[in-house]
Amino acid sequence: MKLNWFKYAAPVTFYPLAGKLIPWFALAAAGLTVAGLYLSFFVAPTDFQQGESYRIIFIHVPAAWMSMFLYLVMAGWAAAGLIFNTRLSSMMASALAPTGAMFTFIALWTGALWGKPTWGAWWVWDARLTSELILLFLYMGFLALHAAIDDPRRADRASAVLALVGVVNVPIIYFSVKWWNTLHQGASVSMTMAPKMAATMLLGMLIMALACWMYSIAVSLARVRCIILEREQQAEWIANLGEPT
Amino acid sequence: MIWKSLDDFIAMGGYGFYVWGSYLVTAVIIMAEILMLRARRRAVEQARQAQIILSEQTKHETTT
Repeated sequence: MKLNWFKYAAPVTFYPLAGKLIPWFALAAAGLTVAGLYLSFFVAPTDFQQGESYRIIFIHVPAAWMSMFLYLVMAGWAAAGLIFNTRLSSMMASALAPTGAMFTFIALWTGALWGKPTWGAWWVWDARLTSELILLFLYMGFLALHAAIDDPRRADRASAVLALVGVVNVPIIYFSVKWWNTLHQGASVSMTMAPKMAATMLLGMLIMALACWMYSIAVSLARVRCIILEREQQAEWIANLGEPT
Repeated sequence: MIWKSLDDFIAMGGYGFYVWGSYLVTAVIIMAEILMLRARRRAVEQARQAQIILSEQTKHETTT
């Protein structure tokens, strides 16, 4: 059997598939959140240095990871839209941007609330924090530029270029704690070194990260379905969808 | 068990404001995103409904 990889690149086939997948991802997100929060608050021990304030890590780190990862995925879809001229790719990029911006804001917000008791400051202009703030501006710039251009296909192309230029910021965020002297602590999880934290802390954080993944997938699939309907109102297959459910 | 009582849990070893401030705002933002998405969905469904009615009306007009 020959697989047709582009079958789901068409909104007409992708739309019902996404609709079927959303409940499963939403369910996984809810289940993982409950498990992750339980580990975060009832299993993970008190930190010997930071006391209970460290429990912010269970949302701060997953949110920061998502903010960077979603940007890369968004830029990837935007690039695919530019190269292959597939309209669904650009729609995916647009669908991911608000969720990415949201996670960036959460990372900054929880970071401020963590910084105050540990560093004594809500905000410092150091490399990690500043580059993460720039990431938020990149997301907002992407959304604003897309909204400012009336023709959606032109908006896709212009904002794709912005997204691709902004990709350079992601490694800067990630390596900022190595490249510069910053107040921010180093990477929480490293591929090459043994974990520096208790196993239950690490597990809680990873499960929360997985919950954020599932949430992001569910929400962006739901959003891309809205975008498909908004943009393809005139398409015959949408008229044939029947009564709205 | 880490916590001796509910008060102990809420106090978070004196860091309650920071810990709950983080979790509460995150929860509110996520709920807001879900509600906004639901509103967007409803708006696009309404627009579609209106278009279906409109196209049926014009069909009717052209046949009579």
